[in-house]
Amino acid sequence: MRDKVLIGYGQGFWGDSILGPVRLVREGPLHYLALDYLAEVTMSIMQKLKGRNPKAGYATDFVAMLDRTLPDIVGKGVRVIANAGGVNPGACLDAVLDLARKKGIKGLKVGIIEGDDIQARIPELLQNGHGLANMDDGRALTSVQDRILSANVYIGAFAVAECLAQGAQIVIGGRLTDPALVAGPMIHEFGWQPGDWDKLAAGTMAGHIAECGAQCTGGNYTNWRDVQDFVRIGYPVIEASPDGTFVVTKHDGTGGLVNRETVISQLLYEMGDPRRYLGPDCTADFTSARIEEVGKDRVRLSGIRGGPATDTYKVSISYQNGFKTTGQLTVSGPDAVAKAKLCADIVWGRLALDGCTFEDHEKLVEIVGAGVCHAGIVEAKDPPEVVLRLGVKCNDEDKVDRFGMEIVPLVTSGPPGVTGFAGGRPKATDIVGYWPALLRKDQVKTRVRVEVS
Amino acid sequence: MARVKLKAFAFARSGDKGDGSNVGIFVKTRADFELIRRQLTTDAVKRHFAAICKGEVIRYEAENMLALNFILRDSLGGGGSESLKTDAQGKTHGLALLEMEVER
Repeated sequence: MRDKVLIGYGQGFWGDSILGPVRLVREGPLHYLALDYLAEVTMSIMQKLKGRNPKAGYATDFVAMLDRTLPDIVGKGVRVIANAGGVNPGACLDAVLDLARKKGIKGLKVGIIEGDDIQARIPELLQNGHGLANMDDGRALTSVQDRILSANVYIGAFAVAECLAQGAQIVIGGRLTDPALVAGPMIHEFGWQPGDWDKLAAGTMAGHIAECGAQCTGGNYTNWRDVQDFVRIGYPVIEASPDGTFVVTKHDGTGGLVNRETVISQLLYEMGDPRRYLGPDCTADFTSARIEEVGKDRVRLSGIRGGPATDTYKVSISYQNGFKTTGQLTVSGPDAVAKAKLCADIVWGRLALDGCTFEDHEKLVEIVGAGVCHAGIVEAKDPPEVVLRLGVKCNDEDKVDRFGMEIVPLVTSGPPGVTGFAGGRPKATDIVGYWPALLRKDQVKTRVRVEVS
Repeated sequence: MARVKLKAFAFARSGDKGDGSNVGIFVKTRADFELIRRQLTTDAVKRHFAAICKGEVIRYEAENMLALNFILRDSLGGGGSESLKTDAQGKTHGLALLEMEVER
């Protein structure tokens, strides 16, 4: 058994910089590279793509990343864990095997984890009394059943460990939890078992710290002036030990900053009750951790306690929930704010003249530059210019498109100083509703398959 | 004692939780932790975010981090893909809290 396992986290979300994984692999020692490619909305987009093409529906960015890094990954023996499979892990597997063959890499073991996608099983589950009611408001799933776009169970770290145990160097999952990408290799390396609650909680907490990539190494940090060299910001490396303690660090010579404050900042990100962080493998108590700086850019966490997981998995369901669009114009001074307000009134007034009206909660007016993000807290009285953002949402796609046609006319038929209209008329896009639910664990079976290039 | 803004000594990070945001705030000393624990009541935070947060404010404590974590319910205009707002994920709510004045 290794006494230290190095797990890098190179992709905090779909769209993160490719330099994260590329530099993690090249610029220092690494045993595992974890990568997150999914968000709630991503799964619905991927289902749509798969509907049009049975070989689509996974994160093609992942394959593009491997195209640049696979020789290094193979050369250094780095094992890769990614939820890049989206709603089609099998197609992602084929694409990675094709890429390996194209590069003349033989014997690369690529594994997939399936079983998280329950969309096709929803009628059967409902029939058998699994209501999948909305966790937030208790609504029954039947109220949106005909509009479901995707449905996935959040799978935990033991499925990752199983895929590693079967020898996969590249592990591709669908909707794995972000922390599972980090806890999985710890379970595999250290032989942790279900019931090792404290250690599983430590793995979960390490995963939570790393799961947004550079957000624990100086990115989005309150004291941003203390952060050196954002350009070459180092992505996180977790140095894990068999007893569940771990150090958060980054490669030597990279930019960014790891200290107690950058780590605590990320621990608090998207946090609910810090005493009860629920995951598929355990419940973690974030208030139990001892957090200390043990060197330059090195923060150790120890003493973490955990408890049993619940007997349900969290399910993420997405559904079509109407249409929306937003458009924007720049309004210069003098009197930029007053003119922007007038512009908004003109748009709503002209739409009403044409019989197109929206409820208040369906409309958005933002005067960016005058105090939007911190509305009511910090506002500018007379900025030299503002960006006027207007938006609507409703169930009628035609009305949303009608709105989109009334923005650009302001340039010539409104107050002076209106400019900056780019990108054509805003068009209606789908609103993807998010439906969190719970499903009994005995209803979900994950399957692992490993193939060789 | 003087009126100072939290940004003079505290750190924050925020993100989304459904249609609410979470705002984590922490400090570096026990004295400052006792200060924010005493002064950052759910009522005070709700008042500070009156124009943003339309729902309930919930508070959790994490003493090991000298941190408080607030959930600002109904503060994202629907949240996720449903929101039209620029800051649909509450990414800037942490810095907004740091603009609050306290007695220190």
